[in-house]
Amino acid sequence: MKALVALEDGRIFAGRSFTGAGEATGEIVFNTGMTGYQEILTDPSYKGQIVTMTCPLIGNYGVNNEDMESNAVHPAAFLIKEYSKIHSNFRATGNLADFLASRNILGVEGLDTRAITKHTREVGALRGIVSTQDLDPESLIKKARAWPGLVGRDMVSAVTCEAPYGWSEHGPVSGTGFNGSTAGKHKVIALDFGLKYNQLRLLDSRDCQVQVVPAQTSAADIMAMRPDGIFLTNGPGDPAGIPGVVETVRRLLGKKPIFGICLGHQILGLAYGGSTYKLKFGHRGSNQPVKDLTTGKVEITAQNHGFCVDFKSLNPDEVELTHINLNDDSVEGMRHKKYPAFSVQYHPENAPGPHDSLYLFDRFIEMMAKN
Amino acid sequence: MPKREDIKKILIIGSGPIIISQACEFDYSGTQAVKALKEEGYEVVLINSNPATIMTDPEIADKTYIEPITPDILAKVIARERPDALLPTLGGQTGLNVALQVAEMGILEKFGVEMLAADVDIIKKAEGRESFRQAMYNIGLKVPESAIIHEMDQVSAAVTRIGFPIIVRPSFTLGGTGGGVAYNSRELNELCKTGLDLSLNSEVMLERSLLGWKEYELEVMRDKNDNVVIICSIENFDAMGVHTGDSITIAPAQTLTDREYQVMRDASLAIIREIGVETGGSNVQFAVNPADGELMVIEMNPRVSRSSALASKATGFPIAKIAAKLAVGYTLDEIRNDITKETYASFEPSIDYCVVKIPRWTFEKFPEAKDYLTTSMKSVGETMAIGRTFKEAFQKGLRSLEIGCAGFGADKKFSHRDMELG
Repeated sequence: MKALVALEDGRIFAGRSFTGAGEATGEIVFNTGMTGYQEILTDPSYKGQIVTMTCPLIGNYGVNNEDMESNAVHPAAFLIKEYSKIHSNFRATGNLADFLASRNILGVEGLDTRAITKHTREVGALRGIVSTQDLDPESLIKKARAWPGLVGRDMVSAVTCEAPYGWSEHGPVSGTGFNGSTAGKHKVIALDFGLKYNQLRLLDSRDCQVQVVPAQTSAADIMAMRPDGIFLTNGPGDPAGIPGVVETVRRLLGKKPIFGICLGHQILGLAYGGSTYKLKFGHRGSNQPVKDLTTGKVEITAQNHGFCVDFKSLNPDEVELTHINLNDDSVEGMRHKKYPAFSVQYHPENAPGPHDSLYLFDRFIEMMAKN
Repeated sequence: MPKREDIKKILIIGSGPIIISQACEFDYSGTQAVKALKEEGYEVVLINSNPATIMTDPEIADKTYIEPITPDILAKVIARERPDALLPTLGGQTGLNVALQVAEMGILEKFGVEMLAADVDIIKKAEGRESFRQAMYNIGLKVPESAIIHEMDQVSAAVTRIGFPIIVRPSFTLGGTGGGVAYNSRELNELCKTGLDLSLNSEVMLERSLLGWKEYELEVMRDKNDNVVIICSIENFDAMGVHTGDSITIAPAQTLTDREYQVMRDASLAIIREIGVETGGSNVQFAVNPADGELMVIEMNPRVSRSSALASKATGFPIAKIAAKLAVGYTLDEIRNDITKETYASFEPSIDYCVVKIPRWTFEKFPEAKDYLTTSMKSVGETMAIGRTFKEAFQKGLRSLEIGCAGFGADKKFSHRDMELG
């Protein structure tokens, strides 16, 4: 089935849907990872975005039940060069086309994904639309322009959990009171901005009891649960667009150890009094080199973000820069000098991506043990 | 960190004559390395018996010895040139073997020559079958069930334990020369006899056959600050049982989920660290059971390998050049990335295309060679093709073989009967 992709600047790309009919709008971004399409599709940080994979052959290893990073597919649509109808992998339980179609997510193949990527690198992440129903370029371009975009918008409310839940080794367990596991030594509250399950798996495997709470939970309610540490998760969109959470985090600063990832890191930056800005086309992939300035070592990291903390906006007496991106020198990690709080812009929980940065979870555990 | 100033003169060993399994790949890597070292201001002395190589061109090295690559000659060159260091990891298996021999003769110690990138212990640990098995065991990785034999009368006991089919691998030979798969005692005895003759230390390993398992390779680089990156993953189109040099291979790996790929990546990092390769590139080979994902380590080459040339061209990351710079003290985050010119070599190439390598055989020129594929390499060359899809790369690769093939399914004379085994 023929499909068209239209960008707000008038560029049109033609392809074929491999998941049936549909139409979707969103910000067009690209991911350079060569593995991990299922994890990417189930990562809530992609809410509001149309994801283009630079890796040309997608679907080769099918889909399975273990590689879910949330219980839903989040990108508005999925753009690829070629879909592989045949998959070969011992864990596969189904194919990607059915996986997307059953969730009403439009998947389009036969696209010149290299051209889309190069264009995005040149002009920045644009608003776009994908459709099999409307094949009139002019009409599509109009619709793309009418989409409000991500800047200043609250995307978190669309993906944060509706009710608190705990985590057991088998997955989520609804309710409060750290009811997923009872044995863990450290009680961690995960403030859910759109988390990935692997963060909870990693905390669980490090002797933590995890309680996930909705993004709008107040600081007082969080403290009332008597946590040993607070984990600020990743999530979609603009950190400046989410009402209330910066104030919540500010109130928690200094009370308990805090570890932030991605959006959680940006929210910490805002809570420290800093500002954030939108990157031209963002970092999305599994091969971003990051240097740990405290050890001089380089780690290869998984990333997925369009916004970034402006380190110049922070007070250097209070906040220390700990990690930088070796490709563009952007801020990748920071630590508060007075409070037990640290954060990284990238995804140490990987899934997909290298395991080089798992030490950050250990650091969080150590911090909780000390406090 | 700056480059080492305590070294002025470096000796590099070439790979000698072109043979099956060791062709111009090592001329490519050696030439890159010599140029990189000269660029850094080192005096480079080269020994290579093969004048039909780029690296022996007068303007490449500062001094070139066109002499047989044997321990005695190498010892003489060392005595005459008095180099400060020897870089043995760029001339393929020949270079590594000869470097090991001169080290054991005490020549390096006598003349105060330092072995760069990998020392004697590291080479032995990676190349010796039993030491490698122990090293893998130390880091919790599995290797196939096996037995080492030095004499023919040890064969039958090993068979009882492992069972047929058995893979025969002589130690310290090139491209698995003399190796093969034995399905019965007659074949096994034959392979063991030749294997013991060919092996540098009269050692043959008998190994559980992983026939039919998926086969993968990862190209790894490490610097002296222990930064490790994966340059390229390669998946074999032909399953275990066919030598990698005789397999159609694809980069990047195509049928691994991220979870499985990362397990392999972690394993490669652990292996290069456990074996102790201080700087430079290594090649790690894995087998994966297609039924349940069980992972086994097949081997590790503590040097620039035959696949490195392919991985370099597939990704644009010049492995040998970077390996040479790492050997003299640079770290990955200090070396410019040749592709982008703006970023550094401490990254993992991500490609938006498929690379297919297809071997080329000339059985018509070797009437005595059996024209079926086993674990010892028989191809004499290869083509490499890049395409935006696997099909595109595969067809281009087939056409490039220059055997009159127009591509899979595109030849009128091609019939499915040709694919049936005779």
